[in-house]
Amino acid sequence: MAEEGNEMIDRVINSRGFDNFDFRFIGLIFSILGVGVLSIYSVTHDQGVAFPFYAKQLVWIGLGTVAFLVMWLSDYHRIARLAYPAYAIILILLAVVLFEGRSSRGAQRWIPMGPFAFQPSEFAKLVLILTLAHYYSEAPRVGWLQRVVLPGLLVLPGLLLILKQPDLGSGLSFMAVYAAMLLMVGMRSKALGVILLFSLMLFPFAWELMWGSLHDYQRQRIMTFVDPVYDPGGKGYHALQSKIAIGAGELMGKGLYGGTQSQLKFLPEGHTDFVFSVFAEEWGFLGVLVLLILFVALIWLSLEIVARAKDQLGALLAVGIICMLCFCIVINIGMTVGMFPIVGIPLPLMSYGGSATIMTMASLGLLLNIKRRRLSFF
Amino acid sequence: MATAGLHDSELGELQRRLVILRVGLLLVVALLGLRLWHLQIREGPYYRDLSENNRTRSVIIEPARGLIYDRNGVLLANNVPSFTLYVSLEDVKDRDLLIEKLSSLLGLDPTLIRGKLTARGSKQLPRKVKGRLTLREATLIESHRLDLPGVMVQVESQRNYPGGVTASHLLGYVGEVSPEQLEKPEFADLHQGSIVGQYGVEKFFDRLLRGQAGQKNVEVDAVGHEKQTVVVEQPHAGDNLYLTIDVRLQKVAESLLGEESGAIVALDPRTGDVLAMASRPGFDSNILSRELTPKQWAEIVQDEGRPLNNRASQGQYPPGSVFKVMMAAAALETKTVTPSTSIYCNGGYQFGRRLYHDWKAGGHGSVDLRHALVHSCDVYFYTVGQRMGIETMASFAHQFGLGEETGIELPSERVGIVPSDAWKRKAKNEAWLPGETISASIGQGYVNVTPLQMASLIGTIANDGVTFRPRLVQAVLDRATGELQQRVAAPKRTVQLRPGIIPLIKEALAGVVKEGTATRAKSDLVTIAGKTGTAQVAALRTGSEKDIPKKFRDHAWFVAFAPVEAPTIAVAVLGEHMGHGGSASAPLAKELIETYVKLDLPATSGVTDGAVVRKGDGGGRERDDRSGD
Repeated sequence: MAEEGNEMIDRVINSRGFDNFDFRFIGLIFSILGVGVLSIYSVTHDQGVAFPFYAKQLVWIGLGTVAFLVMWLSDYHRIARLAYPAYAIILILLAVVLFEGRSSRGAQRWIPMGPFAFQPSEFAKLVLILTLAHYYSEAPRVGWLQRVVLPGLLVLPGLLLILKQPDLGSGLSFMAVYAAMLLMVGMRSKALGVILLFSLMLFPFAWELMWGSLHDYQRQRIMTFVDPVYDPGGKGYHALQSKIAIGAGELMGKGLYGGTQSQLKFLPEGHTDFVFSVFAEEWGFLGVLVLLILFVALIWLSLEIVARAKDQLGALLAVGIICMLCFCIVINIGMTVGMFPIVGIPLPLMSYGGSATIMTMASLGLLLNIKRRRLSFF
Repeated sequence: MATAGLHDSELGELQRRLVILRVGLLLVVALLGLRLWHLQIREGPYYRDLSENNRTRSVIIEPARGLIYDRNGVLLANNVPSFTLYVSLEDVKDRDLLIEKLSSLLGLDPTLIRGKLTARGSKQLPRKVKGRLTLREATLIESHRLDLPGVMVQVESQRNYPGGVTASHLLGYVGEVSPEQLEKPEFADLHQGSIVGQYGVEKFFDRLLRGQAGQKNVEVDAVGHEKQTVVVEQPHAGDNLYLTIDVRLQKVAESLLGEESGAIVALDPRTGDVLAMASRPGFDSNILSRELTPKQWAEIVQDEGRPLNNRASQGQYPPGSVFKVMMAAAALETKTVTPSTSIYCNGGYQFGRRLYHDWKAGGHGSVDLRHALVHSCDVYFYTVGQRMGIETMASFAHQFGLGEETGIELPSERVGIVPSDAWKRKAKNEAWLPGETISASIGQGYVNVTPLQMASLIGTIANDGVTFRPRLVQAVLDRATGELQQRVAAPKRTVQLRPGIIPLIKEALAGVVKEGTATRAKSDLVTIAGKTGTAQVAALRTGSEKDIPKKFRDHAWFVAFAPVEAPTIAVAVLGEHMGHGGSASAPLAKELIETYVKLDLPATSGVTDGAVVRKGDGGGRERDDRSGD
């Protein structure tokens, strides 16, 4: 009875378009976005160019907000019905990137679009989630073939195209999304599922144990094998500088602009993949705790959406998006603190990057859409 | 509905599994938090230290090396900024692209650049790709700096000798301090890469020229760009030197030798001032001061002409008949002969079973001392030498500064040989043979001298027996105090000769030019006195001079002073394998002396504060102006 009363209230609020949940959700998103812009500003404010990175990032956030609103206010069932054609288009774009794409750091990941560049592999993650959610909810999928092998074949072409770029980070995200969705739709053996999920989540820590026992030259060989372009100097220069930056932040941090590691550019990629290190150096352990709480709160609210999802499509979509975000957050922070080898995975909502920002915000819009649709059926 | 129901049950199952995600998330975040606590709290101070060291570097500020001028304030050595291109490998992302860009910007061979970048060595140390960039190249690189990560253009101070090959043996050259030098106490305040004098004045006066290095703390970014600089200690520039040479005379002396090997030394006998000191073949001090490849070094060191040898102070030759000047003085002082003593020369001197020839086949007939000097009669001096004995000869030779350092302020001066019984026992472990005295009395055999010693000897005669130590530096500008310190010339020794002996010798030497073996040195401008010498290279000689291969021809000596009445210049000319002193060397001395007379140098030091200010270049102006107050 109390539940019914709550739903009545929800319905009333929903009729006005917003509720308290939405406010908290959107508030968290923009808080993290703000922290990101601040850190990007801190590293790149003295660039001396007309259109510095922090200003560009504000533009991306603006475009991301549009994507957020579009995904929020459409019907996610209709969006999901576009999944297969969208996946086909993404595969074509990924193929185009290989031949026509723009290189940076030796990898071809971008399609030039005027002054900007478009990174299909970022959008491929969201399209993959849509595709898999659509596949599982379309009809009951029973048996190993339908549950595991067929969706696996669906994932494979995209994964291979991404790894060919090479973009190890996006490739890993792809696999993580597939594994997470597979687990959430359930497999025969629950134990196996639990083990798989935990091993996925504990992978960074296991990796550290394994990685730490290797000699430098062995690590270098492995890294040059899996991702030859990311750390050409070898010797873990990036990883070391990142650890120095974070550690030097200590409890209180060095304050805005105070991060010598990033200001003096010892820390590479301070505005993109290592934005967390910049933040940690300038705001210290306290700042980092606040940031982690913001991320955990956002994920927690998102999990609420899954818990209250009306149908399987919504729940699967939400789970996919959450797993993707979690994966990126954990791997990115894990690599900056030296628990994971350095792969090019941006920190969601914080790292500079147009494609990633727009894709992440679109995904979050879709999440909120799922929560809204839950009510619109009554 | 059935399918929907199936879906619903699956949905419920999915939602129940959410707890796994929740637990997993909290676990992972807790681990990340722990890791961050470890990094930032437990190891925070350690990483803070690392980050401080990352950004500040203690950098040595090299002092400006002292400048070198000639006696009139003409600049001989200064410092010019030189741009050097370095590549820091750690900051290079795409090596092929960088090589391509650099080769197109600088017009360098890509394989050459690749070779420099891939050469063995530490990755942390920047690789030097090209030194001495032109200003245009440097600006080109700087304007493309954003496209060229890891590329640095460093301004380095480069020693520069405007004259290049002029006075190169005298000035010397500079180079990086060697590891062996660094271990010596006199280089204790230096460090790897410091520039020190390695030859000539640069080496001898290095302590004055070197200055004192300063230190600064530099905050740098990862690409090595300086962000902020705090100077901890200012460097002190080295002192400026004012040499005694006149660069105009020096150039004439060098051009007189031309392509021949040899040396010319010109002194002011009244002060010992070295007015010119040429040695040929020579080298370009600018080239030697750059970093040479081992191959270039080998080429210079193995050059048969030995261009690095300063023949003026390091070349040792038999003095030949020039020795007779000393012999004449000794003979008169010891009363072995009187000016009027006559000795008959029939063209040879029989000693034991051996006949010692005179250079003039038929002999000179009856000759006295004056005649013997003017016509360089060998038999006269064979007889005199035989009468005096080698020990007396040696003691007079020493009085004239032979067999010992003249004390010129140049590294590695050679002393030559004044033979004696004691010397021979020590050097060869043999007793002195009487016949060797006869060879020695005309400056052959074991006797060896340097052109500088010969110039000093004739200068001593010109200066009536008073020897001045040859000096190269007449004034030093202390850049710390701005004071110009004149260095006073001091007499070194006075040859013990009775009055009248030197005037007599001087008159005879004037006769050498007037009517004797050196008439080619006769000048319309000034009276010149001198003595020729021909130092035998090969013992057996047949046929005329032209038929003998160059390397077996005799060395041609000529020493001179002028004007005869009141000498202001003493000259020694040595032409290696140029034949007879009278024909080959005398004209060179004459030209040099005439040039000197035309220059009409003031007798006293040419350095005045006014001259310094007028001629000083940018490097020294600040201090120089103060000294002019």
